[in-house]
Amino acid sequence: MGKAELPLHAPGTRTDRGYIGRSMPRPNAARLLQGRGAYVDDLRFPRLAHVVFYRSPYAHALIKKLDFKKATQAKGVIAVLDGRAVAEYCTPWVAVLGHLKGIKSPPQHAVAIDRACWQGEAVAAVVAETRAQAEDAAALIEAEWEELPAVIDMEVSLKGTSIIHKELGDNICFARTHDTGGVDEAFAQADLVVEETYGFGRHTGVCLEGRSILADYNAAEHSLTVYHSTQAPHMMQDIFSRHLGIPEASVRVIARDVGGSYGIKVHVYPDEMATAALSVMLRRPVKFVADRLESFATDIHAREHRVKVKIAVKKTGEILAFDMDDLTAIGPYSVYPRTSGIEGNQVVNLTGGPYKHQKYRGKLNVVFTNKNVTCQYRAVGHPIAVALTEGIVDKAAAALKMDPAEFRRRNLIPDDAYPYTFPSGVKFERLSHHQALDMLLNLMDYKKLRQEQKEKRKQGRHLGIGLAAMIEVTNPSPAFYGVGGARISAQDGATLRLEPTGMVTVLCSVTEQGQGTEGIFAQIAASAVGVSMDKVKVITGDTGVTPYGGGTWASRGAGIGGEAVLQAGRALRSSILDVASHVLGLAKSELEIKDDQIVHLLTQLPKLALSELGRIAYFRPDTLPMNFQSELTVTRHYTPREYGFTFTNGIQASLVDVDVDTGFVKLLKHWCVEDSGTIINPMLVDEQLRGGVVQGIGAALYEECLYSPEGQLLNGNMADYLVPMSGEMPDIICAHIETPTKQSELGAKGVGEAGTAGAPAAVMNAINDALAPLGAQVTAMPFTPERILRALKRV
Amino acid sequence: MEHALDITLTVNGTRVRHRVEPREHLIDFLREKLGLTGSHVGCEHGVCGACTLRVDGQIVRGCLMLAVQANGCRVDTVEGLSDSKELARLQKAFHEKNALQCGFCTPGMLLAAQDLVLKNKKFTREEIRQHMSGNYCRCTGYQAIVDAIEEVVNG
Repeated sequence: MGKAELPLHAPGTRTDRGYIGRSMPRPNAARLLQGRGAYVDDLRFPRLAHVVFYRSPYAHALIKKLDFKKATQAKGVIAVLDGRAVAEYCTPWVAVLGHLKGIKSPPQHAVAIDRACWQGEAVAAVVAETRAQAEDAAALIEAEWEELPAVIDMEVSLKGTSIIHKELGDNICFARTHDTGGVDEAFAQADLVVEETYGFGRHTGVCLEGRSILADYNAAEHSLTVYHSTQAPHMMQDIFSRHLGIPEASVRVIARDVGGSYGIKVHVYPDEMATAALSVMLRRPVKFVADRLESFATDIHAREHRVKVKIAVKKTGEILAFDMDDLTAIGPYSVYPRTSGIEGNQVVNLTGGPYKHQKYRGKLNVVFTNKNVTCQYRAVGHPIAVALTEGIVDKAAAALKMDPAEFRRRNLIPDDAYPYTFPSGVKFERLSHHQALDMLLNLMDYKKLRQEQKEKRKQGRHLGIGLAAMIEVTNPSPAFYGVGGARISAQDGATLRLEPTGMVTVLCSVTEQGQGTEGIFAQIAASAVGVSMDKVKVITGDTGVTPYGGGTWASRGAGIGGEAVLQAGRALRSSILDVASHVLGLAKSELEIKDDQIVHLLTQLPKLALSELGRIAYFRPDTLPMNFQSELTVTRHYTPREYGFTFTNGIQASLVDVDVDTGFVKLLKHWCVEDSGTIINPMLVDEQLRGGVVQGIGAALYEECLYSPEGQLLNGNMADYLVPMSGEMPDIICAHIETPTKQSELGAKGVGEAGTAGAPAAVMNAINDALAPLGAQVTAMPFTPERILRALKRV
Repeated sequence: MEHALDITLTVNGTRVRHRVEPREHLIDFLREKLGLTGSHVGCEHGVCGACTLRVDGQIVRGCLMLAVQANGCRVDTVEGLSDSKELARLQKAFHEKNALQCGFCTPGMLLAAQDLVLKNKKFTREEIRQHMSGNYCRCTGYQAIVDAIEEVVNG
């Protein structure tokens, strides 16, 4: 076994990693920089029809009558259809999972039948030759409604005075309690008990490219090609196949360029299913692109939680127990196929995450409401769990008059305690909390900052420093979805092919939405095979050509897809050396591949160019021995199985300046130390962290989907729903620890969600640190100027 | 098309003549009629900046201008400014610093940034951040974008 066949994290391999660990620009960025990408709405098809949806203006109402007479006669209109007509071509779904015991949700149709359950739910589809004509016609639909009581507040929903889906008996979608036992005893023994209730505003991903789908049915073949802005092409292939009644292999899902996703584009949306059904029904290509108002009203929302949390500590600062009660509202349906129970479930799994206490009780109620549906959005559950944990930890430290960094140091799980089973039942392979804390405090010069804060306070300025330690789910095994019965692959595959010119084509089931997965696959493939990076071409996002796999979500692309590429690369290298051995008449063990050449292992002298090897293997195989067949296309798969999740860890810090007269928060700086295992491309990792941090800052300071008491979305446009813009964002300093996972030879853990997971907590703690001398605190995100002024009792 | 109007304009250096409905936005005209899909539609209410174009040398929102208003104008899009190499330095800096992820905002970002480059003076990071505050990016967190522009305007 040569060096290249050892795990990358094995001793002695650091000098033999090729492009791995280097900041390489992404090859696929070039076309995007010239406006020459191919997002769904950029594609052109003959006979393309456009669909728009007529949506419920009410949060909860019976559809008494839909009159399509005028709409049908409008110019350019091809068809106007209600839910029953669409249901002829698309079966309904129920979003439950076997491992979320007791989860329930009613059947959901592509277009609502008889009743609308949130404002924005599609109740009719209008297909026309142009989008403008379809919109004109939709305005001519005449509807009669009978309003029903709308359940908007989650506490009201939990009480069950008005039941949204009578057949389910109550409004509870899913409930869970996890209890290690001994929690009440731990609280009885504690020197100090601190309690708080934290609120989290419902917000959404706001992908700059709206959800987009173009379905192209071929009636002769009974086949469907779907160009889809999606993170999970194979999952969607399975779903289109089963709900539209088309054989799986006759459904091809192609995800070319995707204009932002963040978890928003990994779910089944009724209007998208309807678009595919309409293509089958009308036997022509049909396109739907959600406009901005539709995006706010129907893209999944997330994170509407109210959580009571209690911590038991000793005078020494030792945490004895956490006790947590989470209530979250998900809209009228659990979202298919991942369900809307996962976010709350993650809060139960992750609360208290970084600490070594042994007693824990977590209670969860997931309830239905008549607002838009919620589901998994970047960092699923983590921002909630981290904020409530780190918020209460800071409060306990303050009550003990202990520095928050020191309080954390006394409680973080020791770096030599692994493998470790956490009280919620999750298992950690190896984390590096103490190393991360030390690195962060150095990076930010914590002591000096505290000094500066003191001095600024004397000058009447209110600086705040906030810390947030966390654990993070990455590289999920089938334990996440597969065990519950979902047909969602936790496995991914890569095919590598040596082309006759010596180039390498990589086909991988993990998809690209800008994270740089195609770039890192090129780095891994080039390194594993022994070619230069410009010789590698990566293709993703096409169920017709790539191996089967899960796609991109849950911080899994690098760790799972990357390992498949590494293994396939090593296998291709071996196959190439088989050919070289025959061509050169030398033993395989004497040869290796370096810089696009077969070289002699000892002398490092070039023996044969890969382009020449390719020529012989493909065009003159007659010159090779009779009993030898070259195999220069190889496929390898990888699934993490040893641990349910490959947990990783990190810690962030925020420095803010709170203006106590206006309530405005100025973000001065943000620091992020993250352990993402083997780093393939440091620049891309930093950019994932920074982008994630800024989305987390959005949640902390600006973003909330506001509903009226009647269930009307009040700020469903970009002017009223604020997101971080460049003027308000701080520079973000990143630093890294590399603790490779030993489950794979690549050793990569995920990083895409880390920033979003930790930033809200860091910002919250920083604001509360600034407000503490004034006897004020904020606990409900987003921390708008109004909420800060109310906390200061200035309004 | 009963109220359609004829317009003539120069797009990326080429003269084009079309009959358009008065309600058609300039961005839709460019994308749907001319097939110039490099400029993107993000919000259709002038907030996100993904449709930023240059009309007679001024950057504008393609979703806030009607095609008929561009009659007689010179319109430049990311495709044309790429081919003329005017954006080459910014594109190189964006590429090297990974100042884009999904790329949907990028054509608009480049046009807004080029507006700063053409002012031909040095800018602080704060000023760059302020200038770019009309362009929405959901992926990067903006820092690499500011780094890339800073390198070009001050480099």
